[in-house]
Amino acid sequence: MKAADWADGRLGIYGLAKSNLRKIFPDHWSFMLGEICLYSFIIIILTGVYLTLFFQPSMAETVYHGSYTPLNGIPMSEAYKSTLDISFDVRGGLLIRQIHHWAALVFIAGMFVHMFRVFFTGAFRKPREINWLFGFLLLVLGFFDGFLGYSLPDDLLSGTGVRFMEGAVLSTPVIGTYLVMFLYGGEFPGNDIIPRFFTIHVLLIPGIMLGLLAAHLILVFYHKHTQYAGPGRSEKNVVGMPLMPVYMAKAGGFFFLVFGVIAAISAIATINPIWQMGPYRPDQVSTGAQPDWYMGFAEGLIRAMPGWEIRFAGHTLVLGVFIPLALFGLILVVLALYPFVESWVTGDKREHHILDRPRNAPVRTAFGAAWITLYLVCMLGGGNDIVATHFHLSINDVTWFVRIAFFVLPVVVFIVVKRWCMGLQRKDKALALHGRESGNMVKLPHGEFTEAHIPLEPEQLYPLVSYDQQVPLKLPPAVDENGVKRKVSLNTKMRARMSAYYFGEKSQIPKPTVEEYKEIASGHGGHH
Amino acid sequence: MSQDEEMSSANNLPAEQDHGDGELAVKGDNPFADPGLPPHEHRRTDIDEKAANRAERQVAFLFLISMLATIGFIVSYYAIPKSQIVYIFLLGRVSALNFSLGLTLGVALFCIGAGAVQWARTLMSDVETPQERHPIEADKETREFVFEEFKAGAKDSAFGRRKLIRTTMFGALALVPLAGVVLLRDLGPLPGKKLMETNWAAGKRIINHNTGEPLKPSDIQVGSLTFAYPEGLSEEDEQFQEKIAKDALMLIRMRPEDIKDKTELDWSYEGIVAYSKICTHVGCPISLYEQQTHHVLCPCHQSTFDLSDGAKVIFGPAGHPLPQLKIHVGDDGFLAASQGFQEPVGPSYWERP
Repeated sequence: MKAADWADGRLGIYGLAKSNLRKIFPDHWSFMLGEICLYSFIIIILTGVYLTLFFQPSMAETVYHGSYTPLNGIPMSEAYKSTLDISFDVRGGLLIRQIHHWAALVFIAGMFVHMFRVFFTGAFRKPREINWLFGFLLLVLGFFDGFLGYSLPDDLLSGTGVRFMEGAVLSTPVIGTYLVMFLYGGEFPGNDIIPRFFTIHVLLIPGIMLGLLAAHLILVFYHKHTQYAGPGRSEKNVVGMPLMPVYMAKAGGFFFLVFGVIAAISAIATINPIWQMGPYRPDQVSTGAQPDWYMGFAEGLIRAMPGWEIRFAGHTLVLGVFIPLALFGLILVVLALYPFVESWVTGDKREHHILDRPRNAPVRTAFGAAWITLYLVCMLGGGNDIVATHFHLSINDVTWFVRIAFFVLPVVVFIVVKRWCMGLQRKDKALALHGRESGNMVKLPHGEFTEAHIPLEPEQLYPLVSYDQQVPLKLPPAVDENGVKRKVSLNTKMRARMSAYYFGEKSQIPKPTVEEYKEIASGHGGHH
Repeated sequence: MSQDEEMSSANNLPAEQDHGDGELAVKGDNPFADPGLPPHEHRRTDIDEKAANRAERQVAFLFLISMLATIGFIVSYYAIPKSQIVYIFLLGRVSALNFSLGLTLGVALFCIGAGAVQWARTLMSDVETPQERHPIEADKETREFVFEEFKAGAKDSAFGRRKLIRTTMFGALALVPLAGVVLLRDLGPLPGKKLMETNWAAGKRIINHNTGEPLKPSDIQVGSLTFAYPEGLSEEDEQFQEKIAKDALMLIRMRPEDIKDKTELDWSYEGIVAYSKICTHVGCPISLYEQQTHHVLCPCHQSTFDLSDGAKVIFGPAGHPLPQLKIHVGDDGFLAASQGFQEPVGPSYWERP
């Protein structure tokens, strides 16, 4: 008590605790996904600090004489040697390296899945657009920090990635060569790139991420968590259990669960065995070179792209490399911008705290599924050699499949998912209006057989009928009340079109109404 | 009123749902009304003291296992030699220390988590309660007040009135970051002609990558792929990595009549052709060779070049052929370059002619 009073006198903690100690959080498994990201990030920081105690971010040449005999007497960089030492001569060093790498993979996978949960339930809507952007930046920074991190050991595989980066940066029109010289401190590979990557990897990017993460969490508290529709849940309340003690125990415990699982994985599944690759040399390469999974889609873009080069006036425009580089950014930025596109289409300025079921937003859901498809097609392209060798296919065929699927599959998936959502809406509607099937056949007086349906209980019915359904925007009449022709801006026309597409009859099934329900219940609306 | 405002005030948005604010709606007229929060269903541990005690023991048991696992971790750290390899079913031969440390740490952590979650699920209250939300936006009064305050502050500063201060301040703020930009200049040298040049020059002998000896034509058989570097390049060289990144060479031998490209034939020696090993896509070293077709393939992104036809790109993302090195046999009987590369090796860039 005394300590708390002391702290309150200096920090004013009671005011903060008053509103937060027993703050209510709703319970749903999908709300754990963000927690996985948070915890794996903490694990990465903890293990990363440990690794810096032993890692030498230097490209100075040395000769190996450590415990790993196959590389005895081989010249290599200090960076590679110290990574070998961490793996073989520091007790537990290999485990920490493995936890660090596994946690990074879990972190990025977690962010993806968390982001999809937020996307498909519409949790990015007002007031949470900014938090969506913070999350997006964390994802992108996570990508880059992951790439920088696995480049640090200076082994043959990661060096190939650093070489790839040189080629990619070189393709930048006009300033490519300058960027490369400034980045690498001269010609590739030079002596600077590992120390520079190290500083960016351990200081610059994690620092920014820590700030974004803090802001992300503060906003989660400030906005209060979203919740799924259900009895007693509304836009004006949040229903759940208090932070203290329930979520302190559950969330705090979950940190240990995540950490424990990652530690166990690191014990049984080797990741990035750099000792097998050997030190980096620019004239050597291993076959089947692959980046970490999250960079797979960038790799696919670069592999599937035809080698276009435009020569003019003594210059070369390296489109074959630069277009994939630009697409990489573009595909990601689409995600960042989506909430703003949707709010422009709907014109909705209200706060949303009740989550959508994905089926009730067919165009959004279809768009998200198409994006994931595009991502996966590119990822498949990034492993075209692996696919070809494992399934005994021609690499050329696999690549051509990726080139075509890049354009075709997202469209197909979009159409299928949208129809699927509408089908589910129809099913919900039938369930709401007619009730569930009882399995009892009934013979009617005039001889017809039919199955009796049992009406839903109110708490089952409510979530099926309580969602918001928009109607398309309508353009104002072409002439106003004075008979003067209205000028309708292009922007307005576009919005009306998009809105009709989003909310027109081809994209959603009209919600069941009370009248329909009553009519059917009273037996006049058919006998099902 | 603009068209846009008119449209957003249009009646396209659904009415606010009658969510009932967590209170029981009056049943009857509206079957779709919010039935309100369902009553709390008691768990076994809420009503049965025995079950609650059992849950307590379960949680304590998990915490106990965690303690044991941590002790196991410390024991493993000291007891297991770091070089010991063990065979584990399904995993194969793995480091005993890593396996043991990882599993004990995993169990120690996992059991703390499992204990805490079990505690929360069985013994802490699971009654769901509603808490009110408040709109994020400020009310009108606050909004007006803030704008008034801002205006008062802005007026006080005379920012709008004293233009000289404003202009010079912007000028100073715009200039000062230039100091930071200038500081970045020494990150690296200017590109100059660096990317255009390699160490190959007329008369430089071709050294076998594997043996370190100069190559003779008889060393290269039809159907083999030989890697090489220029004479004078040594691994001891401080710049070795930068040099080999551009100088790496590959040689193959074909029957001269199989060479389709005229220049290629002219630059070859008795069917031996020398090409840059660095892929023109993004710079991976090319290492896969198909004897029958004389195609080489870059293992990174699968660009495929036809070495019997001027190393033309026949598949994949590379944008131009591999540069060829003109070779001959010197008076000493060793293969040597007749001239340097006539175009830059490696990936393309803006200044590449």
